[in-house]
Amino acid sequence: MTLHALIRMKALILKESRQMVRDPSSILIAFVLPAILLVLFGYGVNMDAQNVELGVAMECSDPAAQRLVGAFQSSPYFDVEVARDRRELLDKVVSGELRGLVIIPQDFTNRLALSEASPILVITDGSETNTANYVRNYAAGVLGVWRSAEARERGYDASARIRLEPRFWYNAELKSRNALIPGSLAVVMAIVGTLLTSLVVAREWERGTMEALLSTPTSPFEMLIGKTIPYLALGFLSLGCSVFVVIFLFGVPYRGSALALMLAGGAFLLSALGQGLLISTVAKNQFVASQGALITAFLPAFLLSGFIFDIASMPWLVRHITRIIPARYLVTNFQTLFLVGDVWAVLIHNVAFLLAIAALLFGLTLRKSPSRLEGSS
Amino acid sequence: MTSAAVSVVQLTHFFDHSELPALDGIDAEIRAGRITGLVGPDGAGKTTLMRLMASLLVPSQGKVTTCGFDTRCDPGPIRERIGYMPQRFGLYEDLSVIENLRLYADLRAVFGRQREEAFERLLAFTDLKNFTSRLAGRLSGGMKQKLGLACALIRRPQVLLLDEPSVGVDPISRRELWRMVRELVDEEMAVVWSTAYLDEAEQCDEALLLNSGKLLFSGAPGALTQRVSGRVAQVRGLPENVKRLTLARLLNHPRVLDGIVQGAALRLLLRDVSDVEVAQLDLPDGAELIPVSPNFEDAFMDILGGGPGGKSELAERYDSLADDGKPVVVAQGLTKRFGGFTAVHDNSFSIRRGEIFGLLGPNGAGKSTTFKMMCGLLKPTEGIGKVAGIDLRHAASKARNRLGYMAQKFSLYGDLSVRENLRFFSGVYGLRGAEQRKAIEQMIEVFELGAYVTARAGELPLGFKQRLSLACAMMHKPDVLFLDEPTSGVDPETRREFWNHINGLVQKGVTILVTTHFMDEAEYCDRIGLIYSGEKIAEGTPEELKQRVASDENPDPTLEDAFISLVRASHVERSLVA
Amino acid sequence: MLPRLCSLIVKELLAALKDPKARFLLIMPPLIQTLLFAFAVTLEVNNMTLAVQNLDGGKWSYELIQRLSASRTFTNVIAVESEEQIMRALDEQLAIAALSIPQDFSRAIEAGIPADVQLLLDGRKTNTAQIVAGYTEQIVGALQQELSGGEQGNVVLIERNWFNPNLNYKWFTLPSLVAILSTLIALLVTAMSVAREREVGTFEQLLVSPLRPVEILLGKAAAALLIATLEATGIILIAVYGFRIPFEGSPLLLYSSMIVFLLSIIGVGLFISSLSMTQQQGILGAFTFMVPAVILSGFATPIENMPEWLQFITLGDPLRWFLVIVRGIFLKGMPAADVAANTWPLAIIAVITLSAADILFRKRME
Repeated sequence: MTLHALIRMKALILKESRQMVRDPSSILIAFVLPAILLVLFGYGVNMDAQNVELGVAMECSDPAAQRLVGAFQSSPYFDVEVARDRRELLDKVVSGELRGLVIIPQDFTNRLALSEASPILVITDGSETNTANYVRNYAAGVLGVWRSAEARERGYDASARIRLEPRFWYNAELKSRNALIPGSLAVVMAIVGTLLTSLVVAREWERGTMEALLSTPTSPFEMLIGKTIPYLALGFLSLGCSVFVVIFLFGVPYRGSALALMLAGGAFLLSALGQGLLISTVAKNQFVASQGALITAFLPAFLLSGFIFDIASMPWLVRHITRIIPARYLVTNFQTLFLVGDVWAVLIHNVAFLLAIAALLFGLTLRKSPSRLEGSS
Repeated sequence: MTSAAVSVVQLTHFFDHSELPALDGIDAEIRAGRITGLVGPDGAGKTTLMRLMASLLVPSQGKVTTCGFDTRCDPGPIRERIGYMPQRFGLYEDLSVIENLRLYADLRAVFGRQREEAFERLLAFTDLKNFTSRLAGRLSGGMKQKLGLACALIRRPQVLLLDEPSVGVDPISRRELWRMVRELVDEEMAVVWSTAYLDEAEQCDEALLLNSGKLLFSGAPGALTQRVSGRVAQVRGLPENVKRLTLARLLNHPRVLDGIVQGAALRLLLRDVSDVEVAQLDLPDGAELIPVSPNFEDAFMDILGGGPGGKSELAERYDSLADDGKPVVVAQGLTKRFGGFTAVHDNSFSIRRGEIFGLLGPNGAGKSTTFKMMCGLLKPTEGIGKVAGIDLRHAASKARNRLGYMAQKFSLYGDLSVRENLRFFSGVYGLRGAEQRKAIEQMIEVFELGAYVTARAGELPLGFKQRLSLACAMMHKPDVLFLDEPTSGVDPETRREFWNHINGLVQKGVTILVTTHFMDEAEYCDRIGLIYSGEKIAEGTPEELKQRVASDENPDPTLEDAFISLVRASHVERSLVA
Repeated sequence: MLPRLCSLIVKELLAALKDPKARFLLIMPPLIQTLLFAFAVTLEVNNMTLAVQNLDGGKWSYELIQRLSASRTFTNVIAVESEEQIMRALDEQLAIAALSIPQDFSRAIEAGIPADVQLLLDGRKTNTAQIVAGYTEQIVGALQQELSGGEQGNVVLIERNWFNPNLNYKWFTLPSLVAILSTLIALLVTAMSVAREREVGTFEQLLVSPLRPVEILLGKAAAALLIATLEATGIILIAVYGFRIPFEGSPLLLYSSMIVFLLSIIGVGLFISSLSMTQQQGILGAFTFMVPAVILSGFATPIENMPEWLQFITLGDPLRWFLVIVRGIFLKGMPAADVAANTWPLAIIAVITLSAADILFRKRME
């Protein structure tokens, strides 16, 4: 690399930075968009179930049944609507007003007294599969609490033979937010990084400046560097502000080091910017580039990154497809950095994959960037 | 210098999507110390040839050598030795003047003293010294062009390639640019200047005339005009009402190769020197045939074997529109203000049935704002616009049904086929069923689009695009036709064909409003309104405008001379008032 | 007016579909994403790895581990030797949880003394960890029941999952994807269409024709509606015939509410389109709408979990309403009255967004 090449790169970086700073939309993308999205994700994506609308049909009114209803009512997870007859509530499950229904049948206490198996019916709205699972699990939990209380009442030794003590590390109160917000941050950065660069090459083609650049001794590699560095810097700034918001506005603890954050963020930004640059270079016109960005930047990062839906539980093929989604690695890295700290084994593994993806994307972009006006190799 | 700055040998170039070569068997040499004009209509292959010289394209066959390097294998050293200004000047509109200069200085490795001197020299040269911190996007067309030139000149190039530097620039800036480039050329530098304006070719030292990828002529421009000397003449003294009929008739005359309207006169290219006799053409009484000096376009038409004749199928099938004596298009005191800025101030004109009226003015003078108000696209701040008796304020949609519109650049749907475009535009104007099918078939027949009906409109040859645009504008048989720089950059043959249609339509009573900054388009108008800085500064027939600026030293001014003098006079008057 | 509109719709359809690159982007990714997301979106927990530190080595610890690894939840059990190894396994995400069985576990059980087992879980993956914990508790509970002879096993919980008996996530996901991907398509077709015509230069040609602004918008809306409806149909067919998702309700109801839904999205798209002078602004606008619309729809996480102010905002999200309808019609055979109850908010949103687009579009022409 000659001195002239370095000077050219410096000039291109300067040019791109000026354009970037003067274009209000890049500022919007880097600072305003992530702020809005983080607030939305921060409050909107929450897996800690609460206030699930539950109907309880208390067809038996004995004290034991009443205590069971009371147990449901005092659960923080449920908003309970009590009725005397299941028929009052069944329709509400169909219309979606209730997410589930617990039926305590008329002969509930009688059967108990006879030491027969006494059934309690839990009906869930399976069309809301997610919530249905909560209803099932929490209903079982409430029943368990009631059961041991009843046992004590009747003088049984309620003590378990095996005592299982689950402990949640890194997130003792098990606030889903603490894990979801670092994940959200990763998804937001995926959108921002791709959007920042997805139009920059297409724009030069459409405005005719690409031709002027190509007629100078500038090489495609220098142009690529010239476009990457400024947006990388902007990406870092954007990331920095977002991390600040996450720590101070949402109060999510950060346990890693600044160096690790830079490393994880930098490797990710490279791959996200590379994705945008590749879209832009291949599309050559802004319309197609915009469509490409809209299709690839959000939903795949949202659904295939493991941020909400655990990758390990996906089928084999889909699991492997997620390996090309950069957001996947950042989600894990951020969750680790925020909740655990510098776990270098995790970090390095993910950073290595991110760099490999970035190298692939930049390589492809370079291959697709012609040094002449047609017939790119 | 003995060796050529650029040499082109047996060059043929194909693009992927096309079977016809974009350039076909070109041999040429470009020498230092001269301005070589690359002349030809849009689509002739000028830009392709220029890009090949800049090593931005690799030739399909043959060889291009620039500054002694083969463009196929050595793009690096070539790009260090050339200066290239692409169309639209290649400027970053969101960078300032000095930032653009610095960028290109860095890219071309101009540093230290050399750099300071270059900036000094170029800023003085281009008169941009006072604007160094202004964003390039905020410069006027003429200033952008100068800045583009300065960027291409940062490192004194051996070959300076200018791709259509005068497009979209008013005549005043154009003249200035010529002066500047003229100053630049010396023993070390070769300049290649591409242009679609044939009149510019005459100012070059050397011209390469391209048409449809073929080199029709190379050499001194004078040598080309030589071939038609003595065969070009003007018909003067024609009664106004028979001017167009006479032209149509003359164009079909066996002794006439080509002809156009020039104000009140007709300019003819005759088959033979001996044809310069009035009697042979049986002109009406009072008309006289006066020999004039030939120009490049005459010669170009001669090489092509003459123009397309004078017949307009379109006009022949058009129903005559009755003239009730009332003006068809009326503007009364049109004014448009955007915030504090007055784009158009108190503009009035009226156009009779069957008249061609031109709005002539430099870019940004307020032509297109006036035009938009007359289409009902913009609401005037003050004043009234009427088309075919309908007030645009109240019934813009109804008024638009009576007018046809043809935009400056090709603005049909490029992805749609020819038939789909025709179907769309006829449908939008309310044609349907048998009537619609008939209109479409008729247009395909009249404009000979048969071979292209299923082709994508965006991929048509330029001449056919022009035909399709006119077809789409005429399908609903409007009374009024609005044309926005209809023939800019179009080859002379298609241009003649186009004006044949317009002349024919005018005979049938169609009223035409043209906006343009091209003089040859203005010459076709019956009357011209000259617009400058939002105001109409003059109105009259082309003859009247020319006469207004005639002087002893320039007794027979061209319309361009008239334009420049009138604009300057108005400018001076304005600054005196201010 | 009608024939004019028809020509316009035909033109819009051709403009959206004729360019091969754009056509590809419009058709293929949504279909591929349907397949991909259908498999990806699941909160079931499978294929987990459990680290076990077994200091006991007796019969009961062996029994417990056997039972845990017999399911699809834990497909992998790794043995760890020390506290440090447990730490490492969790830190480096080699295992989702670590079970630590103490030395005297089997002996304590035989002796009838309570035996402590410790389960450490990776709190980074809160949801997975919770489900794993619940599952482990179930297994331990069942074992316990057997040990204690079932003396208090007389209350039985009978589960009925209506509309989706096995709580299969695909039944939930595919109907939702009909809504989400058709939103994406409607935005793709509309959000950049005006800016694109502006940049290509065809916009003026359109404006000087007798078409009124509202007709131009209607033409664009109708074309987008047609394309989005067709693609939604494609996804519905994939869901019903490819994935065998039950379709209990009335197709007529689904389509009529879908049209109202799509109109509300198209209104947003056209609003963005009229607002933006360049395509870049168009795409920024599309993102600014699309991401919140999906987040606030209740698709990934329930709306009930959001704070009240945010729940209030979700009322303006068309996706929120249509997700209820589309899942309801697919799985519940939702009756007309319930569909209507969720459609009228969509109608209000559609009227607001479409008229906002119209007002802005006319204003922008000046």
